[in-house]
Amino acid sequence: MKFANIILANLLRKKARLLLTIGSFAIALFLFIFLSVVRDAFTMGAAVASANRVIVINRTSIINPLPLSYRDKILRIPGVAYVTHDNWFGGVYKDEKNFFPQFVIDPQNQRQVFPELVVPDDQWAAFLKDRQGAIAGVRTAERFGWKIGDRIPIKPAIYGSGNAAWEFNLVGIYHGTKPQADETQFWFQWDYFQEKLDPEDRGQAGWYTLRIDKPDDAVRIAKTIDDEFANSPAETKTQAESAFAASWVKQFGNIQFLIVSIGSVVFLTLLLVTGNTMAISVRERTSELAVFKAIGYSDRKILFFVLAESLVIAVLGGALGILAAAAMMPGLAKALAGMLPVLVLSSKTMFSGVLLALLVGLASGLLPGLGAMRLRVINALRRV
Amino acid sequence: MLSKLIFGLVITLAAIFVFLLVMTILAGLLAPVFNTVPISYNFRSIRARWTSTIVAILGIAGTVGVFVAMLSLARGFRATLVASGSPGNALVMRAGSPSEMMGGITLDSVRIVQDAPGVAHDSSGPLVTQEVVGVVPFPLITTGTDANVQVRGVSSNVLEIRKFVHIVQGRMFQPGLNELLVGKNASRTYKGLTLGNSVGFGGGHWKIVGVFDAGSSAFDSEVWCDATILNQVLLRPANIFQSATVHLTSPSDFQRFKDAVTSDPRLNVDATREIDYYAKQSTTMTRLISILGGLVAVIMAVGAVFGALNTMYAAVSERGREIATMRALGFNSTNVLLSFLFEALFISILGGILGCLVVLPLNGLTTNTMNFQTFSNVAFAFKITSNLLLAGMAFALVMGVLGGLLPAIRASIRPVAVALREL
Repeated sequence: MKFANIILANLLRKKARLLLTIGSFAIALFLFIFLSVVRDAFTMGAAVASANRVIVINRTSIINPLPLSYRDKILRIPGVAYVTHDNWFGGVYKDEKNFFPQFVIDPQNQRQVFPELVVPDDQWAAFLKDRQGAIAGVRTAERFGWKIGDRIPIKPAIYGSGNAAWEFNLVGIYHGTKPQADETQFWFQWDYFQEKLDPEDRGQAGWYTLRIDKPDDAVRIAKTIDDEFANSPAETKTQAESAFAASWVKQFGNIQFLIVSIGSVVFLTLLLVTGNTMAISVRERTSELAVFKAIGYSDRKILFFVLAESLVIAVLGGALGILAAAAMMPGLAKALAGMLPVLVLSSKTMFSGVLLALLVGLASGLLPGLGAMRLRVINALRRV
Repeated sequence: MLSKLIFGLVITLAAIFVFLLVMTILAGLLAPVFNTVPISYNFRSIRARWTSTIVAILGIAGTVGVFVAMLSLARGFRATLVASGSPGNALVMRAGSPSEMMGGITLDSVRIVQDAPGVAHDSSGPLVTQEVVGVVPFPLITTGTDANVQVRGVSSNVLEIRKFVHIVQGRMFQPGLNELLVGKNASRTYKGLTLGNSVGFGGGHWKIVGVFDAGSSAFDSEVWCDATILNQVLLRPANIFQSATVHLTSPSDFQRFKDAVTSDPRLNVDATREIDYYAKQSTTMTRLISILGGLVAVIMAVGAVFGALNTMYAAVSERGREIATMRALGFNSTNVLLSFLFEALFISILGGILGCLVVLPLNGLTTNTMNFQTFSNVAFAFKITSNLLLAGMAFALVMGVLGGLLPAIRASIRPVAVALREL
């Protein structure tokens, strides 16, 4: 630490430049974090997929239903612990812009199959008692300022005849135990759903989600189910939840690739800009560095001065950028509400951000540092 | 009241800012004409500091490139969906349905709609196609994994209603048979969707009898067949369709037609211009891309401005003595300011041009993504318009002013005597 003074003096030589360079670093890291978070949001489903969940959908397409009678047949297959079924309601709350996913759930098995979506026991009890009860994810509840006890009208778009909104009582709010969990869903009761449907539409589940005892059994169970319903009017397609989520992600096509390539362009550009600044500031000090050498500082010390300077800038700027990104997250989540379900700044992303800042700092200091190290005192001093 | 005042104030300030910006850009660009500092001085100094100049140019080019690429993606997606609608067509769905996926209209209702005023006729009858849509997974050629393809059951007169759709290979399907027409993008994107091939879905075997070109609209990503057959195969109730598309006698007849069907007590339907319907379908994705792209471009612009500031500040401080010499020779401070501003703008114009040129090859490149409204895949192309390129150049110039003005001011106000005395 004996050279701290020299490094500090070098840093503060041009304050405007110092601030601008730190700013460039902060922005590069901010963008890196931002793009990583968005990329994660597209692949979020795969991250929360549980190894012991299996999803059964209609082979024809996900929007075709399956008869409710399949439930008991699936439950008889050895290795299946619980079966729950959901329907996509697709209703509209006040305006189409207020999109959030609404599911008709099976209250008996929901909590066993999705233990990571937690509802307090008293709220769950209230839900079971109230036919029109509904439970919302905390993000959706916050988005619309809902409180427990509110009455929520949702207009059906797929089901039922007529346009009258269905009324729900918000009796509970669920939280996810994992940060990536989808906290935007809205759940309501199968019984209420059935009651509101025309008689000929009843008894149709959208898809089944099973919890199995051992993840290794997933392939066998999937095959058993698909064989059982082969050649029936509603053939099934059974996949592990992770495979299901992964195929969903792939449907977004090249979006992920685009984000990654944009991120790389952005990053390279900023690397160039910062590297250039370091080069300028070393070049300006050529004669100073020559004086250092002339009075006996070794080449390695000179390299150390330059590298230390760029690393300090990188760390300060990087930390600033990461902090700013973390602070921006709630606002960003709000701006993208209804479009991307979950924006999470994971510690992995933060860690890679810090690492990246260090690397860029090192890289941008290295070239000018080596140049300074190789400087021949006599030439440097002769230069004006 | 207060919020209105603040809003007015903000608008006024923004207008002043934009005005000043435009004036600065004009002054900077016209500098070689007005001031007497020779323009060759700027070019020489750019050449003398070529490494930092190139970096500043690349910084601006990268920003402009990302800005134009993101916006062209959003534009392309929108254009693809908007191209799917014709102004002379109206889409009839159950009132309140946000998309045809969720619509429902009975054959009886369709018959009533057929007789409404404004519906065009040809020799075979009213030009109305009642349609059923479903999504069916097909494997992508690129990854081998399944993606959802929109399958549309249509009436056999559909080509008379969507006149921009042409069959480029094979023939029209025959009503009542399991025959498919595939869009040209679908044929290119999914395994097995080629002319003459047979595919199975929904428990039926289908023969592909034709490939159609729908003018780069979303229909190009679809597969079409007979609506009645599709209803049977998807096990949906017969004689219930999801939407009906009507060809109007003229686009101006839309209001008359809409009034007639919405006021008919036998119907519970709403009519939308087809073009408006598809424009609305594109909003979620377009908004997502625009918000993300806009944010990235703005943040990146700040970074690029920082880079330009650094470059220009360094240029000014390295040239302290040159500047003082010019002042001593009789150039006044405005001349020096304009000269430096010109240099910054010149760098930013080069950056802007480079950025635009680099992204230009993206134009027309197709990619595909899932449309949130239909859960099915749509192929679309980057669409780089001259407006976008102009916006990119404007963006570059703004960055040039922001990065060049402060250093230029510093250059112009340094006292001559002090600067000359410096080493």
